[in-house]
Parts: sequence; C-alpha cells; structure tokens
Amino acid sequence: MSKFLKVATALALISSPIAAETFGLGRAALPEEIAAWDKDVRPDGTGLPVGSGDVLTGEEVFADQCAVCHGDFAEGVGNWPKLAGGAGTLADDDPLKTVGSYWPYLSTTWDYVNRSMPFGNAQTLEPDEVYAIVAYILYSNDLVDDEFVLSNETFEDVVLPNHDGFIVDDRIETEHSKWIGEPCMENCKEDVKVTMRAMVLDVTPDEGGDDATSAEPEAVEETEVVEEAKGEEIAAEEVVAIDPELVAAGEKVFKKCKACHQVGEGAKNKTGPILNGIVGKAAGSVEGFKYSKALVAKADEGLVWTDETLAEFLAKPKSYIKGTKMSFAGLRKEKDLAAITAYLASLGN
Amino acid sequence: MTQKTTGNSRRAFLKGAALTGVSLAAGKASAATPDPLITEVQPWASGLGDGVDETPYGLPIQFESDVVRRNVEWLTADTISSINFTPIHALDGTITPQGCAFERHHSGAIELKKEDYRLMINGMVDRPLIFTYADLERFPRENHVYFCECAANTGMEWAGAQLNGAQFTHGMIHNMEYTGVPLRTLLEEAGYDTAGKWVYVEGADASSNGRSIPMEKALDDVLVAFKANGEALRKEHGYPVRLVVPGWEGNMWVKWIRRIEVSDAPVESREETSKYTDTLEDGTSRKWTWEMDAKSVVTSPSPQSPIMHGKGPLVITGLAWSGRGAITRVDVSKDGGKTWETARLAKPGEKMALTRFYLDTDWDGEEMMLQSRAMDDTGYVQPTKSQLREVRGLNSIYHNNCIQTWLVRSSGEAENVEVS
Repeated sequence: MSKFLKVATALALISSPIAAETFGLGRAALPEEIAAWDKDVRPDGTGLPVGSGDVLTGEEVFADQCAVCHGDFAEGVGNWPKLAGGAGTLADDDPLKTVGSYWPYLSTTWDYVNRSMPFGNAQTLEPDEVYAIVAYILYSNDLVDDEFVLSNETFEDVVLPNHDGFIVDDRIETEHSKWIGEPCMENCKEDVKVTMRAMVLDVTPDEGGDDATSAEPEAVEETEVVEEAKGEEIAAEEVVAIDPELVAAGEKVFKKCKACHQVGEGAKNKTGPILNGIVGKAAGSVEGFKYSKALVAKADEGLVWTDETLAEFLAKPKSYIKGTKMSFAGLRKEKDLAAITAYLASLGN
Repeated sequence: MTQKTTGNSRRAFLKGAALTGVSLAAGKASAATPDPLITEVQPWASGLGDGVDETPYGLPIQFESDVVRRNVEWLTADTISSINFTPIHALDGTITPQGCAFERHHSGAIELKKEDYRLMINGMVDRPLIFTYADLERFPRENHVYFCECAANTGMEWAGAQLNGAQFTHGMIHNMEYTGVPLRTLLEEAGYDTAGKWVYVEGADASSNGRSIPMEKALDDVLVAFKANGEALRKEHGYPVRLVVPGWEGNMWVKWIRRIEVSDAPVESREETSKYTDTLEDGTSRKWTWEMDAKSVVTSPSPQSPIMHGKGPLVITGLAWSGRGAITRVDVSKDGGKTWETARLAKPGEKMALTRFYLDTDWDGEEMMLQSRAMDDTGYVQPTKSQLREVRGLNSIYHNNCIQTWLVRSSGEAENVEVS
C-alpha cells in the first residue's frame, strides 16, 4: 500500500462520508424541496423561522383555531388534550400532563403546533400565528405575563418547568438486573386471592356487530344495488342533479369539519351536531345536541339551513351568529363554500 | 347489520352454549339419535357453491364476521386520533392478517398513491436524495417477521383489572412478514456522516409523527417496508411505505414515511417527550424507553373465548414476545402463580417476533387462575404487576408487560382479574 493510499484509508475511517456500495438510485433533493419538508425545530431553537407573536394576538388566534378542542383557556374540551394547568401534579395519583406541567422543551410545542395543528387543517398557520399561539399557551400556564412577545429571539429565554424532569431509560439497571434467572416453579405463593375484577368496573365495550363486516349473502347485495340504481334514476328526474365533482370536492373540504362533526350511518353528536340531512332542516333541531343560546335564538326566529344560509354562516360563523359555540374561523373561498353545501346536501338523513 | 355474539357477556356465553348444543358438564360425548347433519343430504352437498369470479379478493367467510378490530370508545376523544385492537383471542398461529391488525392513527389513515409517494433523505449526508416508490423497489430487499406493539398496550391495566378481553388488554399488537429495504442501504446511498448519531423520521400525514432513532439502531435492523404478509401494506398501516423498527415501540414505526434526516441530536418531538415517556412514582419520567420487554398472554381461554366444551381435553394457548430478542420459554400457571408448568412452543422463538405457545391439558372443570410468564434469551423473566408497580408506581401508562390473570370459572367463563 502506498503512503498516499494509507492516508486516504485513515481519512475515510475518521471522516464522513461512509464509503459503501451505492446504486446510483434516487435523485438529488433540491434546496426548495428540503426547505419545504425539513421544518422540525430542536430544543436549542434550530429550525425556527424569523417571526414573533404576542399573548393577546395569541388569544385571538387560539380562540379561532384551537379552542374548539382545547378550550378558550387551553383547559381542554371533553377528552381533547388539556394544554394548561397541572403544575406540581406529576407525583400525584392522577397527574395532569400539560405543556406547562410536563413538556420539557418549548421547541416541541412550537414544532407540533406548526406542523400538526390545527387538527384537520394542519400546516396552514403562518409562523407569526404559531409564535402567538405558543405565547398564549405559555400565558395560560402562568409562565409569562400578558405583555410577553415570543419570537425567534426571545425563544431561548423560556425554560419550561419540567425541563429537568426526565431521565434516560434505566430499565436495564433498575429492572432487568432483578428480573433475571431461573423463575420459581412450585410453592411460589402461600395463598392466592382475587383482588380486583374487570366485570365490577364494567368498562369493556359491547361487542355488537358495529365493526363486523357485512354478513349478507352476495345475492341480496346485488338486489340492493339494482334497487338503489333505480332509485337514483327517479331522483334524477325529480330534482336538479347533484354535481358529483362538486360533492367530491366538498367531501375534501369537510375534513376541516370532521374533528367536531360526524356524518353518515351511525353518526353521533360530538363537539358539534350530526350533519346528516342538515340542508333543508330548521336550525338547532338536531336531537340531543346542546346548542349555544345564540343559535337557539336564531332558530326561534325561524332560521332554516338552506344552501344560501349555510354558505353565509360558514363564510364567517362568528359574524353570522354572534356567540355560536362553533369556533371554526370560516371558509374564505367561494368554491369551498359551494362545495361544502353541495356535499352536505348530498347527505341523507 | 346483524348483531353478533362472541361470548363476552354471560348472556352471550349461555346463548353460545345453547347454539352449539353442548352440555357444559359433558364428559365423553355420546349420541342418542343419529345426527341429521350426517344422515340427511345437506344443501351444500347437493347444490353448487360460488364460482371463481365471485370474490376476486376474498374476505373471511360470513361466519367469522366477529373476528374484527374493535375500538374502546372512551379511550380517546374521537376515532381519527385513536386506536383499535387486534382480535388476538380469536386468532392462532403467529401471523396477523392485515385486515384485522390493530390501527393507531394520529390524524387518520390517509390515502397516498405510490405515484405520489416521495422519500427524502437529508441532513448530515453527502448527497441529499429523493426516492420514488419505484426507486425503492430497485434496492436489494429482505424479508423478516416482526411484531409491532404499541407502547400503550395493556396501559389501561396499570391501576387494576379494567378491560374484559385479551383483545382489549393485549390487542395493540400485530405480527407480520415484512418486505423492504434496510434503512442502512438508503443511508449509505446518501453517504451519511458518521458524526450523525441520530436519524429523525417523519410521516406524510398531517400528524407527521416524527421520532428520533439512534444511528446504531438505524444501521442495525430497521427496514423501510412496502409489503406485509406478501401483499401491499394496507392504507391503515402506512401504504405505500412504512418504517419497521424491530422490537421497539410501535409509535416509532412511522407510517407513510416521507423523510429521514441524519442529525447530531434528537429532535425531542411531541411523540418522544409529552407522549411515550413513562412517569414514575416520584414524578420524574423515563424517556427513550424504546424496547418492548418480554411479555405474554393467554389468548384462549380468555373472557372473549370461554371454554364451551366442559371438562376434559383443553388447549390453553397464547402469545409471547420480546423486543430484546427471542422467546426461549413460556410457563403457564393454573392457580394464580403458585405452581407453573412449562408450555410447548409451536416453533422455537424468533427474534422480535410473536411466539405461539400451547399447554395441552386435561381440565378437571374446577376454577382456574390462568397466567403465562415469558422468558427471553437475555434471561429476563416477565414480571408480575406488583413487581412492576414497585419500580414504577401506577402512572407509567406505557410499557406494561405484567403477567396477566384470567379467572376461569367452572362454567368455562373467564374474567380479567388481579390476584394477590
């Protein structure tokens, strides 16, 4: 081996890249492409874009974008995550784990809100909105005052309370060292008693056929299909044809609504009411749903959901019905409004 | 839709017994009258069945329609960011059919076409690259059987016996044969920097579900998989491409994987800080608890799979697995852990894959407190619930690999219980 080769080998061992067989597959990633996907943010703030947002702006954005699930004060609605509170509860019987009480790094909150929220409408927030939301979450946890401005520059000043609350997995030392070797086979205990029973608690779901695949014989299914087809023809003669493309587009828009509203067979009232057959229905008339006072008042005035009233409501819910519980910000595009009403109209009762 | 009964409740149990015409106290079977199923010509023995064009892609026969994934509605706020459970009480062998293998989504199961699929490798690499699905199929590929267990499997049982059925207590697991390209091959293709100690992996869905994986594991046995049990992945399991991280918690098996970033530090993403960390009794929490420790469960008899045949020959069966190696032995106790018998393994245990065990026994019709206890090739013995609680308290949520007890009554019914 020549001296030159020896040096080269030594360098290869020390430095990158690893010299290995390559296949010449794939293509070079362009800087724009990497920028579009490489958005993760590290605890030291690496990856944060330039921007800022204050607590009061955050309160507004939070009310529009987050409160429907997380509550106006980040206290959580129903089973949705609570983002505030729980300070000092981690050693309790039932700890409350929130951004304030549990999350070790602020970067995690920024990163998650930026890339994965709002639920059903992710990756639509501007950096300044994310800064504002995160500032508001800090405020909700009493970690900053109402004049606080979070920015890429103030970011590192914030240290979350549970920053030092984590240890790296130590099971090998604390558990494996104990639970190893030949186990007991006989006379392992004196006496055995039942100390707790699942049936007493009774939280096991009923195993009805909810999830079961249809067990109808094939022939019956075919008959049903034929009948449905006939039904469609009749309907087409009687009413203006539904534009299937618009309905399909509306189904996509509806993803924004899905976090709170269910449709179709077996739909239930969730954060929002069932929307089956909503077009043509009197406002506030879905059984079993508790509407806001504002919506009930509108319903008493005789509001009926038509293509027009729905479009108007969904464009700016909070202007159309001041005080509605629905904290959806609204659809800005005309075509989205047309699509969503077409989709809702296509749903049977 | 037809209502199905599966013997979860006592009513269903009795109905099932009546339907099968079995006397619960029966010893050796005898027939007083000839069986019409034999003496009379049955329709299926006379007429014709379906033609070959009937089901181009077959589903299980209608009589098996209760062998399905089930959800526990109160666990999560909605069904989109939620989990369901594999019906392990009704399966045998070790391979989980894709159609009933548990699902866990953080933003729902998305539909992503192969044509629209892109995989990026960036960060500390010599050549940041983009692969298409077709590119992935041109790398040398491998086949491996691995279990995938959610870190929260059995998580509802920390505070006490809660859910009455192996599907609900242990069903956040599946075991498939994966086909894919070793992650190492792709990292080498991009020329990874040896100073990069971590890879960060993320999915294409709205949740992104990013996780940091140490480079050592990434180079060891992680697969970028596109087939399971011989066919394309199902939508709900990450079609067209998912990550397979053998032996490690299911959350790291990123579905719809779209990006792999080589870096010098972990991202500390939401899924590896606020979730999938195990809080101990004093309030501190363990992080990076990746490996799934050795665990086992009797799948039958169990609450959803009661004994319907009375005393006599009985097959006790279950599953065992370890994220740190291969299962070497499973012991079964019928008396709540006083005495143990070593069960028969259907096949020698394989690394990070489910192992099926059987205890072929003669049931005397007396009450049993059935337990199973797994050992893996590190010598580790599956702990009891109290052993786990001594170290961790009650608030860990994740990584509950305790010994499970089913109380089997003389009627054959079984219940999830805790014993002293």
